[in-house]
Amino acid sequence: MDFNFTEEQSMVRDTVASFLQDKYDFETRRKIVASESGWRADYWKAFAEELGILGASFSEELGGLGGGAIDNMIIMEEFGKALVIEPYLGSVVIGGGFMKHSGYAGAASVIEGIVGGTTTIAFAYAEPQGRYTWQDLKTTAKKDGSGWVLNGHKAVVVGAPFASHLIVTARTGGAQRDAGGVGVFLIDKSLPGVVTRDYPTVDGNRASEVYFENVSVPADALISEDGLGLVNQVIDEATAAVGAEAVGVLRKLHEGTLDYAKQRKQFGTSIANFQVLQHRMVDMFIEVEQSVSMIYMATIKVDESAEERAKAVSAMKVRIGRACKFVGQNAIQIHGGMGMTDELAIGHYFKRASLIEGLFGSVDHHLKRYEFLSFDAAA
Amino acid sequence: MNLDFSPEDLAFRDEVRAFIAENYPAGLRDKQEEGEEMAKEDFLSWHRTLAKKGWVAPAWPEKYGGPGWTSVQRYIWSEETARADCVPILPFGINMVGPVIYTFGTPEQKERFLPPTLSGDIWWSQGYSEPGAGSDLASLKTKAERFTGDDGKEYYLVNGQKTWTTLAQHGDWIFCLVRTDPTAKIQEGISFLLIDMKSPGVTVRPIITLGGEHEVNEVWLENVKVPVENRIFDENKGWTCAKFLLAHERSGIAGVARSKRGIERIRQIAAVELSDDGDALIKDPMFKRKVAELEIDLTALEYTELRTLAGEAAGKGPGPESSVLKIKGTEIQQRITELVLEAAGHYGAPYFRGFPKDGDNAHPIGPDFAHRAAPTYFNVRKTSIYGGSNEIQRNIIAKMVLGL
Repeated sequence: MDFNFTEEQSMVRDTVASFLQDKYDFETRRKIVASESGWRADYWKAFAEELGILGASFSEELGGLGGGAIDNMIIMEEFGKALVIEPYLGSVVIGGGFMKHSGYAGAASVIEGIVGGTTTIAFAYAEPQGRYTWQDLKTTAKKDGSGWVLNGHKAVVVGAPFASHLIVTARTGGAQRDAGGVGVFLIDKSLPGVVTRDYPTVDGNRASEVYFENVSVPADALISEDGLGLVNQVIDEATAAVGAEAVGVLRKLHEGTLDYAKQRKQFGTSIANFQVLQHRMVDMFIEVEQSVSMIYMATIKVDESAEERAKAVSAMKVRIGRACKFVGQNAIQIHGGMGMTDELAIGHYFKRASLIEGLFGSVDHHLKRYEFLSFDAAA
Repeated sequence: MNLDFSPEDLAFRDEVRAFIAENYPAGLRDKQEEGEEMAKEDFLSWHRTLAKKGWVAPAWPEKYGGPGWTSVQRYIWSEETARADCVPILPFGINMVGPVIYTFGTPEQKERFLPPTLSGDIWWSQGYSEPGAGSDLASLKTKAERFTGDDGKEYYLVNGQKTWTTLAQHGDWIFCLVRTDPTAKIQEGISFLLIDMKSPGVTVRPIITLGGEHEVNEVWLENVKVPVENRIFDENKGWTCAKFLLAHERSGIAGVARSKRGIERIRQIAAVELSDDGDALIKDPMFKRKVAELEIDLTALEYTELRTLAGEAAGKGPGPESSVLKIKGTEIQQRITELVLEAAGHYGAPYFRGFPKDGDNAHPIGPDFAHRAAPTYFNVRKTSIYGGSNEIQRNIIAKMVLGL
């Protein structure tokens, strides 16, 4: 039994943590969020060149440092602690995930671009009607000569304003909700007919509504013509990564609350002396620790069979979704009025935690999926 | 026991419904339903309409301009206005300072302040909380020192800072608790002052909250000169007014009627939004279960409120039971916003402050309700904090009801 990190992994954590501590304090982050572009392209370049972390989770043959899911977990947790905006999830975890698992012919050169920081990817998977059913697709890809023509509307594509490329799911066959015929494409965002409407999100990120209007894409844009299994695998990995980010966010929510409770005085004493608040903070601590355990479990199982992986990820997301709500809401409550202000960091952690709750499926969605895998599928 | 409305009450309900249908503007209703931020004029126009009709202050005695309604009629009124998504009447003048003035004020004070409070000509702000004194209100530090002016009249010189002052950016007057005797015991030596916000030395600074709203403010009082005749009740006896006011603040804090409307809205939203299986979200067993549990909890709260109401009608004042209403009422309000955000799915994420009023490309993203779902969820976290946090309310029940 060993839950320790390798020397390389510890080094990755230290490198990221120290960079963020120096350059990604809350005031800097606030400026990034308020800026015209909404992210720091120069930081992204630093992640690639100075820190080398964009390659941490890729094998050495692919130009990476030889790591995997654990490295993504470590990096995402640190990013959660600093509420980092830059698109590691979309580019490295999701974009890289599709490249690793698909056998896509152009994978090596795409990964080279990701690791070097020149290729940034956003994942256009959700549709307005589909909720958390990834195969519910109205977006179509029709064969046209050797290439394809895309039409459709993708909802809330997080990170699209920063992306050079989009990975898009579209129907290559079958009916709207069929498991078969889910095509996956990698396309250049600047292609004619790709129309985006960009906007901020409540947690300080940027996203787009993406419309495909007769977009002609070349044959080599196709990653998979029938790729629901692949999509599920990558979304599971992305969910695990977001769970790790949540752990970073939750740790900060808890820590910040303890600090505040110790210094805030009411009725002649620090509010940390009230037993009702002590027990609340103990329960928050328990939620954080259980979340850490779940993210380890899910990350370890992410490379196992599809069923094991799905079950582990859903169990984790249920637990962490609930922790996000409990720890987040109580952090605000214990901060009192100060927790309601935009000025303090705590509210911004709460907002990120609140969106993570619903990202890649709500608690209900994952509970249902777990129930199905654990009871019905096995029966 | 009889919980049915009498024929008179039913007739009253019809009258109220007809009045709202004829007089409440559809534009305001839509704004309120979507949870948009209200402009000053939005609040005032409905206030003035009701003032003209004599219905703006349901709880005031008739001799001060109240409509003389029974407690059941007042209940019907709050039901009907919530049902129609009416803009709430701001409580600061009507529910808070007004009753303090007609209960503790001098005849001159009543004459000077009550009519413009009713008509909406004075926009009142509440100056209770301070940076170091939230739920522990009695530890407030704002000082008021008495002096004789060059004109030979008596004044207070007020110095301090108030915070969480709701909508003070529009304020004409602010009622403040101030410390007039620093040597007295903590709850003594406090006085209740009315301060003209146009006085030199009053500065209002915005506090932006989680949802991006400018709803609350800091109010700085620097060497503000306040005539002694603006003090309500005796010097150093302001705590009496404060306690009286807080009891009024807590009645109606359950928000049953608004929560009923909130649940109805969730049903409407979930009838249109789709669940994972492509069917209406309201048919999803897990979502439906949560709505059902909310409805049941709200029913319990409603009957608790009706019992309190019956007690009041029988002459019992609002006691510490109002803490039950506050705790359960705010928890239910918060759970409603959780479900709305959940129903929004992916479209809970887009953020548009002031949307959709500004700009050319402001066509909606996602379903109409969705862009306010997250900001409202964040904003409503305040309800378990303000008005004496829910922890404080539990302390009150422990002490006052259970004798612990």
